[in-house]
Amino acid sequence: MPGKLKVKIVAGRHLPVMDRASDLTDAFVEVKFGNTTFKTDVYHKSLNPQWNSEWFKFEVDDEDLQDEPLQITVLDHDTYSANDAIGKVYIDIDPLLYSEAATVISGWFPIYDTIHGIRGEINVVVKVDLFNDLNRFRQSSCGVKFFCTTSIPKCYKAVIIHGFVEELVVNEDPEYQWIDRIRTPRASNEARQRLISLMSGELQRKIGLKVLEMRGNAVVGYLQCFDLEGESGLVVRAIGTACTLDKLSSPAAFLPACNSPSKEIKEIPFNEDPNPNTHSSGPSTPLKNQTYSFSPSKSYSRQSSSSDTDLSLTPKTAPYPQGPRSYLCPTSPPLSCGSLHLKKSCLLLSESSLTPHHSSLVSPVLRKSVSFSEELFLAASGMGSGSAGKEGGPFKALLRQQTQSALEQREFPFFTLTAFPPGFLVHVGGVVSARSVKLLDRIHNPDEPETRDAWWAEIRQEIKSHAKALGCHAVVGYSESTSICEEVCILSASGTAAVLNPRFLQDGTVEGCLEQRLEENLPAGCGFCHIPYDELNMPFPAHLTYCYNCRKQKVPDVLFTTIDLPMDATVIGKGCLIQARLCRLKKKAQAEANATAISNLLPFMEYEVHTQLMNKLKLKGMNALFGLRIQISVGENMLMGLASATGVYLAALPTPGGIQIAGKTPNDGSYEQHISHMQKKINDTIAKNKELYEINPPEISEEIIGSPIPEPRQRSRLLRSQSESSDEVTELDLSHGKKDAFVLEIDDTDAMEDVHSLLTDVPPPSGFYSCNTEIMPGINNWTSEIQMFTSVRVIRLSSLNLTNQALNKNFNDLCENLLKSLYFKLRSMIPCCLCHVNFTVSLPEDELIQVTVTAVAITFDKNQALQTTKTHVEKSLQRASTDNEELLQFPLELCSDSLPPHPFPPAKEHLESASSNSGIPAAQRATSVDYSSFADRCSSWIELIKLKAQTIRRGSIKTTVTVEKASPMGEGNFRNRSTPSCANSTVGVVKMTPLSFIPGAKITKYLGIINMFFIRETTSLREEGGVSGFLHAFIAEVFAMVRAHVAALGGNAVVSYIMKQCVFMENPNKNQAQCLINVSGDAVVFVRESELEVISTQQPAANCQPACTGGEVTT
Amino acid sequence: MASELDIFVGNTTLIDEDVYRLWLDGYSVSDAVALRVRSGILEQTGATAAVLQSDTMDHYRTFQMLERLLHAPPKLLHQLIFQIPPSRQALLIERYYTFDEAFVREVLGKKLSKGTKKDLDDISTKTGITLKSCRRQFDNFKRVFKVVEEMRGSLVDNIQQHFLLSDRLARDYAAIVFFANNRFETGKKKLQYLSFGDFAFCAELMIQNWTLGAVGEAPTEPDSQVDDMDMDLDKEFLQDLKELKVLVADKDLLDLHKSLVCTALRGKLGVFSEMEANFKNLSRGLVNVAAKLTHNKDVRDLFVDLVEKFLEPCRSDHWPLSDVRLFLNQYSASVHSLDGFRYQALWDRYMGTLRGCLLRLYHD
Repeated sequence: MPGKLKVKIVAGRHLPVMDRASDLTDAFVEVKFGNTTFKTDVYHKSLNPQWNSEWFKFEVDDEDLQDEPLQITVLDHDTYSANDAIGKVYIDIDPLLYSEAATVISGWFPIYDTIHGIRGEINVVVKVDLFNDLNRFRQSSCGVKFFCTTSIPKCYKAVIIHGFVEELVVNEDPEYQWIDRIRTPRASNEARQRLISLMSGELQRKIGLKVLEMRGNAVVGYLQCFDLEGESGLVVRAIGTACTLDKLSSPAAFLPACNSPSKEIKEIPFNEDPNPNTHSSGPSTPLKNQTYSFSPSKSYSRQSSSSDTDLSLTPKTAPYPQGPRSYLCPTSPPLSCGSLHLKKSCLLLSESSLTPHHSSLVSPVLRKSVSFSEELFLAASGMGSGSAGKEGGPFKALLRQQTQSALEQREFPFFTLTAFPPGFLVHVGGVVSARSVKLLDRIHNPDEPETRDAWWAEIRQEIKSHAKALGCHAVVGYSESTSICEEVCILSASGTAAVLNPRFLQDGTVEGCLEQRLEENLPAGCGFCHIPYDELNMPFPAHLTYCYNCRKQKVPDVLFTTIDLPMDATVIGKGCLIQARLCRLKKKAQAEANATAISNLLPFMEYEVHTQLMNKLKLKGMNALFGLRIQISVGENMLMGLASATGVYLAALPTPGGIQIAGKTPNDGSYEQHISHMQKKINDTIAKNKELYEINPPEISEEIIGSPIPEPRQRSRLLRSQSESSDEVTELDLSHGKKDAFVLEIDDTDAMEDVHSLLTDVPPPSGFYSCNTEIMPGINNWTSEIQMFTSVRVIRLSSLNLTNQALNKNFNDLCENLLKSLYFKLRSMIPCCLCHVNFTVSLPEDELIQVTVTAVAITFDKNQALQTTKTHVEKSLQRASTDNEELLQFPLELCSDSLPPHPFPPAKEHLESASSNSGIPAAQRATSVDYSSFADRCSSWIELIKLKAQTIRRGSIKTTVTVEKASPMGEGNFRNRSTPSCANSTVGVVKMTPLSFIPGAKITKYLGIINMFFIRETTSLREEGGVSGFLHAFIAEVFAMVRAHVAALGGNAVVSYIMKQCVFMENPNKNQAQCLINVSGDAVVFVRESELEVISTQQPAANCQPACTGGEVTT
Repeated sequence: MASELDIFVGNTTLIDEDVYRLWLDGYSVSDAVALRVRSGILEQTGATAAVLQSDTMDHYRTFQMLERLLHAPPKLLHQLIFQIPPSRQALLIERYYTFDEAFVREVLGKKLSKGTKKDLDDISTKTGITLKSCRRQFDNFKRVFKVVEEMRGSLVDNIQQHFLLSDRLARDYAAIVFFANNRFETGKKKLQYLSFGDFAFCAELMIQNWTLGAVGEAPTEPDSQVDDMDMDLDKEFLQDLKELKVLVADKDLLDLHKSLVCTALRGKLGVFSEMEANFKNLSRGLVNVAAKLTHNKDVRDLFVDLVEKFLEPCRSDHWPLSDVRLFLNQYSASVHSLDGFRYQALWDRYMGTLRGCLLRLYHD
């Protein structure tokens, strides 16, 4: 019984009239948690009842605390008939389960009914008394913090970034159960809402467990999604990045529930390689998430001892029996540097490749092998990254090898983060993505969702191999998505292949100073552009030049990534939103045939989307894409592709060439003229865009750059089809100045359309900028006004004009008009920038296309904008000076912390320490552990965990795992968080933003994750203002409920807000509609910077160190 | 390709003042779009008509959703669905309750009932205000009336508290409610020259002086029936006004009064001779108006009577306003010198208000 949940129902207001006769309501409240229900008294004849109830107390497992939502139902008492439900409030009490977050939930919550929407409000106070639980077999993961933010949250510091965590939970969809035929829509909706709430609670708890096993204390970039698979069930899946975070203001303070793991590890380096030489190419780094800490002593805290195995691996490692179907797995090529090699053979059976990998992970013995001492490793890597291409070569190779092998040891070296601590990202290879078409069938046993797990494992494996092909050992900015239509499902994953600095992936590296030092060695602002792959053995044809910034390393001509623009990147001019839009008709088909048809279409779509992106990028005169997100949606009779990214001009990359148009019939005079007219138009547009986005790169003479690296001309890839690129193409003058021009061959009407569509994209009106990344490159003087919005459009296609071109045009117009509308609506905010513009497209029905956009408009100061270039330099100078201060500061801390012998030595010693990696420091050897003694223990552990893992799976929803009795807890362990609250009941402003920061303000506290799922249904669509009225009201209600929850937690903003799902179904003939919305974000407290100045005078300077990403934007 | 669904929802609810005005004025979406196009907004912003249409629809939908809350403005402040900055909330409320002069003149003093509502069609045609807007304004009047009807205390305060209106607007509503409650006739042709402001001015004076609330904390016994102190005229006072009749009925008193006024005003009044000639008529008019106020019917005709009995005679003799003021001041003051007259206080209560009203109403 590790927790006591206390709930008090204070009052209600604005209740609906339930009794027509008296125009009043006799309301009472049911408070339910798990299987326990309490009721308040009936408050007669009032629309503003004052219940002022006693404290309802629930004594529950912390496991239940994590899984179950608190359910509050407001009812109207009826003496003669059944009581009528007014509505419900679900409260996720998870934020109360970890310290640093909220201590009490108190405030007015909208009472929500799935049929009527919001009906009044209720004032509730919720508290949790949590007891410390010493049970090592616990199933709960209280204390693990969750963040939707895809960067290290402000006011925290990443001690270690452990890596990828994933989990999925499956259940039958209540909507498709037989009982649904006899129950009311309300009951069905509520069953669904409750189930999803439970499932996401469970999912979060399980992810939390994995994090604890990795010895992390937080999940950053947590993304949870629902797959409504219809008949075949309901899948809730989540991915995230496990981290060990440290509060910035108090570096030593860890969570009480989660003692610092690093300390123990330092004391006993349980992993040591007896002979590092033999392993120099093999697994090398001690990685927490993958290593078993075979704790020999009982003195360990619960966390360290219970996290002995990677739960996630165990159930999955068993080779799955293959189903009768062969999986269709069209693989998209690694989409990097814009060059695309279209794999025609897109059917790939990837199971075979999976098995060996997995089996290697099963064996704990393999993982035991660990090599370098910490310093050695750091030395090597520091040297490697510091080496600017010449003498550092071998070290660089060594670094790569080591980090690579370190990461390889993990099942998936993926990171859901899109922005990183300085120095984390070393090189970026390019975008990697994989898609797979699957046929859904009923999940026979919801407790064993292996098929879904296996599907994702396949995809991830593919991503991993793509990244490898790019010479990268990790994938950052990683995300996964699905698109489902009937029984066909497209699974997609994408990310950016990258080489990372291993420092953050390692234990015990509290020292932030090292990374700072490293940064000094790195060429500023261009390091990440340098190619990670071997130029002689390139995975795909690319056009390399020497970096325009440092002139030492090679860079590609174009760079595509899924991450945010790194803070230190040197950008010329401003960025802009670039979208590629595409529709492809597809024959209606069933099952297998349908899946095959889709699989066959996919590679072509990817190719087209990339061609479009590339063309548009060139048209903008830019050379890199950030935040690239390609969405492919499947419908009954078509496929839609929508790619959004933010184009920028990276100073390190070469100036993009122009676009050349080539005609097919050179003898036709008028045609020629037409072509040249088009060419002129394109050239004009490029020139105009360069002016618009202020792209004026400095002229660089050829000698400095050096001649381009000789390589076979890869012209053919630029053409629409290889077969057509015959001799005449080579006759064309492809050189556009010195640069390789991009050739568009107009050989048919199709191509004509393409060129036209290129030119139809209208730039935003003056004063407006847009991007889909966190920060708009080139603007950094935000003012405080922000406006987050969601806009939804659905168009009905007339079935007459269903050709690919017409479709494309319709879709293109839809998106363009939507953008235009946004610009118009927000015109009062000019000058402003639409940030984090997130488009999602879906095909809810045969002839319907739905586009949903969520973004935030932020105003900025135009006058200051001119000065930014100047202040930029000053800023970097400033930063350098603060860095120095930190350098002084950190070693002191390190010493007191009794970390490894000496802090990382200055650059001079690199060589020494690196070379000494052949011998193990004596100190390390001395503390080495006797392996044989706990190898047995280990295997028995594994067995145990396996068993347990299965139990968890089986008890997918109702986890009834018997937990060993906790050791008797002393009174001292009792943790009472209830503090008297003086929550203000007046409606305070709650800001919402998809960004991780609030301009002009500082986030002082993270209160917990907001993850809410709502269903709204109506049987009186017309009366509610038609589909638009219905959805408008619903979305407004969703915002209101999010705000209310945040306010009740004591917060005043939601950051990293995202609407993950907006599934809208209508049946106008029946006057019905239904909509499902899933939103999430981080509830925070922020303080305006102007107010902060007053407060922060007594705060230490450490509080505002620039280590937190994006910090400079807010300042 | 038709937009099946098209919505925009901001975390902070976007309010376009221009569109709000169009919506309040009762224009349909298409009319509003046409009007916006004519305003030149397309040229200013480079938007297309389709964008404008979608924008207008969005705003209209928002306003429709807000309307329910605007009916009880405190709800707008406490609701959670729309996040609107306080200044915008105030603007929404104020504009929603603002009415058209032309409209209010049509319904002022009429019973706010279904019957009147049926006449809104005619009012709409007559005034050129859309029927929708007429309905909104009428419903606003009625709603405010219903809410404050049964309330104790100051009328203006009650309105302000329950509808969060500005002081100015709350006063106007007080006048409307007061007129509706007492059913003062304002629609007669003779009264057409009077503006709403004129009536509102009179209403305020009357509320201040002639109602139960005006007497101060009058009903000390809590169970007294006088709930609506500010809305009903003080019945007792009206009864007492009969006593003033002596001023014109008693020949001596009337002559004395006249001589006092004439003596005081001789040489000061441009229209002295006219005044002298008309004194008895005017005085009889004013006093008779007072004496008749016991009958509801005559209360309703108060303004008609004032115009007929006093304002029109003065106007036909081309009295300047300053002369009217001088006359009325002297006329009221001289009564204090009439030894035989016992109802000085009553006279002051009556004449003080009436003098203010008459001066306000005396114009072209």
